[in-house]
Amino acid sequence: MNANANLTPSTSHYPTAPTAQRQESHTLSVLVDNEPGVLARVIGLFSGRGYNIESLTVSETEHQKHLSLITIVTTGTPMVIEQIKSQLDRLVPIHRVVDMTLTGTSIERELAMVKVRGKGEQRVEALRLADAFRARVIDATTESFIFEITGKSDKVEQFIELMLPLGLVEVARTGIAAIRRGPEGL
Amino acid sequence: MEREMTGAEMVIQAMADQGVKHLFGYPGGAVLPIYDAIFSQNQVQHILVRHEQGAVHAAEGYARSTGKVGCVLVTSGPGATNAVTGLTDALMDSIPIVCITGQVPTHLIGNDAFQECDTVGITRPCTKHNYLVKRIEDLPRVLHEAFHIASSGRPGPVVVDVPKDIQFAKGIYSVPTEFPHTGYKPRVEGDVEQIKRAVELMASAKRPLFYTGGGVINSGKEASKLLTELVRQTGFPITSTLMGLGAFPAADPQWLGMLGMHGTLEANMAMHDCDVMICIGARFDDRITGRIDAFSPGSKKIHVDIDPSSINKNVRVDVPIVGDCANVLMEMLKLWRAHAKQPDKKAMAGWWKQVEAWRGRKSLSYRPSKDIIKPQYAIQRLFELTKDRDTYITTEVGQHQMWAAQFYGFQEPNRWMTSGGLGTMGYGLPASVGVQLAHPDALVIDIAGEASVQMTMQEISTAVQYRLPVKIFILNNQYMGMVRQWQELLHGGRYSHSYSESLPDFVKLAEAYQAVGIRCSKPGDLDAAIQEMIDIDQPVLFDCVVDQKENCFPMIPSGRAHNEMILGDAAESLDSAITEEGKMLV
Repeated sequence: MNANANLTPSTSHYPTAPTAQRQESHTLSVLVDNEPGVLARVIGLFSGRGYNIESLTVSETEHQKHLSLITIVTTGTPMVIEQIKSQLDRLVPIHRVVDMTLTGTSIERELAMVKVRGKGEQRVEALRLADAFRARVIDATTESFIFEITGKSDKVEQFIELMLPLGLVEVARTGIAAIRRGPEGL
Repeated sequence: MEREMTGAEMVIQAMADQGVKHLFGYPGGAVLPIYDAIFSQNQVQHILVRHEQGAVHAAEGYARSTGKVGCVLVTSGPGATNAVTGLTDALMDSIPIVCITGQVPTHLIGNDAFQECDTVGITRPCTKHNYLVKRIEDLPRVLHEAFHIASSGRPGPVVVDVPKDIQFAKGIYSVPTEFPHTGYKPRVEGDVEQIKRAVELMASAKRPLFYTGGGVINSGKEASKLLTELVRQTGFPITSTLMGLGAFPAADPQWLGMLGMHGTLEANMAMHDCDVMICIGARFDDRITGRIDAFSPGSKKIHVDIDPSSINKNVRVDVPIVGDCANVLMEMLKLWRAHAKQPDKKAMAGWWKQVEAWRGRKSLSYRPSKDIIKPQYAIQRLFELTKDRDTYITTEVGQHQMWAAQFYGFQEPNRWMTSGGLGTMGYGLPASVGVQLAHPDALVIDIAGEASVQMTMQEISTAVQYRLPVKIFILNNQYMGMVRQWQELLHGGRYSHSYSESLPDFVKLAEAYQAVGIRCSKPGDLDAAIQEMIDIDQPVLFDCVVDQKENCFPMIPSGRAHNEMILGDAAESLDSAITEEGKMLV
């Protein structure tokens, strides 16, 4: 596409788009005032400026101070990731934006509930695999299980893939929560 | 001091406490209690506009020419949606605005009530911040925080949506000492180490250039003074964006004129060839950079900006400095004076010789005419006849705006009000109303086009009502000139819908509004006509009939680099000035 753009003179208002750069995935922890509309501001910023959201988790974390933690996994070029962080930082109800990927020592977890339906050997196999993945059974009928699994996204991903041929019905995932190792807070 | 009052009274009281003298607005069902509160006081004067967009632009003109916060009051629903263009304009150009919108009573919100709209939802992306106030206890803090947020850091518009039942509700009003948002702390002091690095870089430069923007104006008059001093001390050339005109006096020999798409050849070539670029309060907008991968390829870049998100957004810079322009400039100046090493004199002389060679091309030249008024000539005459007065200029958007920027030499900051970021046609007339209100004795001129001015024409009625003698100087070429120019240059001369068909007779129109109309179509009559306009102490619509086919040059076509400018045919030819190979000056 860019090759074509060079051949024909541009009649656009704007310079041609920059050529593709390396994409990175980053996990951002965003500490915000827990007030109406704050999530809409964050999401509106992402959609309005054309950024990606791969995972989003929001919950109040400090009730007394009315603070919520938003954890966002996003992808973009290093320059775009930099932009996302400073754009977020500009929003009035936002206290801090921490790039957990850059701090390097953060732990990321997510929880999934996985519903599997099957009989006989399939059912036993599902249970066996669940055990290997340290997934817990949180609901069971004679023809189904619901497993609860916690871990890194790729582990959850892998478990879901294994359940696919064993009668996977549906999955509910929380998205990623992240925290820094060691004694320091955000 | 605590006092019990209604929410409506709080709105006006908070404005009075913030030192607001004028409020631009338009009444409606959902703001009637506030209009009642306005009726029974005389601290804040309300200016009735003719359309809510005009209210915001007027407030912008007011804010830009004074450095204060501009205030707007509109009703719910259509009042709020009409204000959206103005709010977006203020956001793009970083203008401090507080806009109070009425809202349907809280129990009706979400019910699709009459004149209801999701004001905070609609204005979220076009404000710096916005609020929906659902409890009377929150109102005083929110109102004062709105002023704080609008005017601090990178300024911008703030909307406070006040439901009608909250306007009626009684509560305790006091001026708050702290604000609800403790996380909002804009950084104003630049990092000293970074400033040191910047000064080192400046001192070792061989081909340096200052590139400044609206941030210097927003930072206050002091910043412009410091900038002027620093530029003179260093002896470097300086160019500026559209928004930054006036921060450095245009009559100074170090001034290269505006840069960018319709900037001068010398400014753009200097940007392309410099080895150290000192960007102060500008944001590397696409109209400035042109083709980004060919933008000033050989330079080290210093970027001073109060907004961290402006840094490394479009262009990677080497020395980022987050801080208020005035603070950083003061520090730079101090370090520069103390700095042992000064720039290489020989290199500087060579650089200036090169710059003068570019300047020698006279890129703003046009072919004069004895029979027809050239738009550039009109601006030149307007400048000559008004430059010794206390003059403020606003503009609409298009060719006339660029010609004004090129030919009107601004000597001081806050004298130039134009819609830069959003490019809002119809900005200039209401803005001039706001400017005139803030400066009753000054000469306020809206340099307009016949197409733009019709977008907010009705505000001439506001000017007449409040006896604001604004001068609307219309460069009438019967085309949406910039659209026509693009169609000529880029769309094979297919002038699709860019002709101003069925134009009103502007002289009669002025008379219908009880203003004064003047028409001029001969270059020989122009001076006398402009003088007549200046002397009339009433709003004037000046219909300046100009050449229909004149194009605005120089021009960097989209997607091209700074050294690929198109010059008008009146500019000095390439070989008479420079002979650098590979520069495709078409």
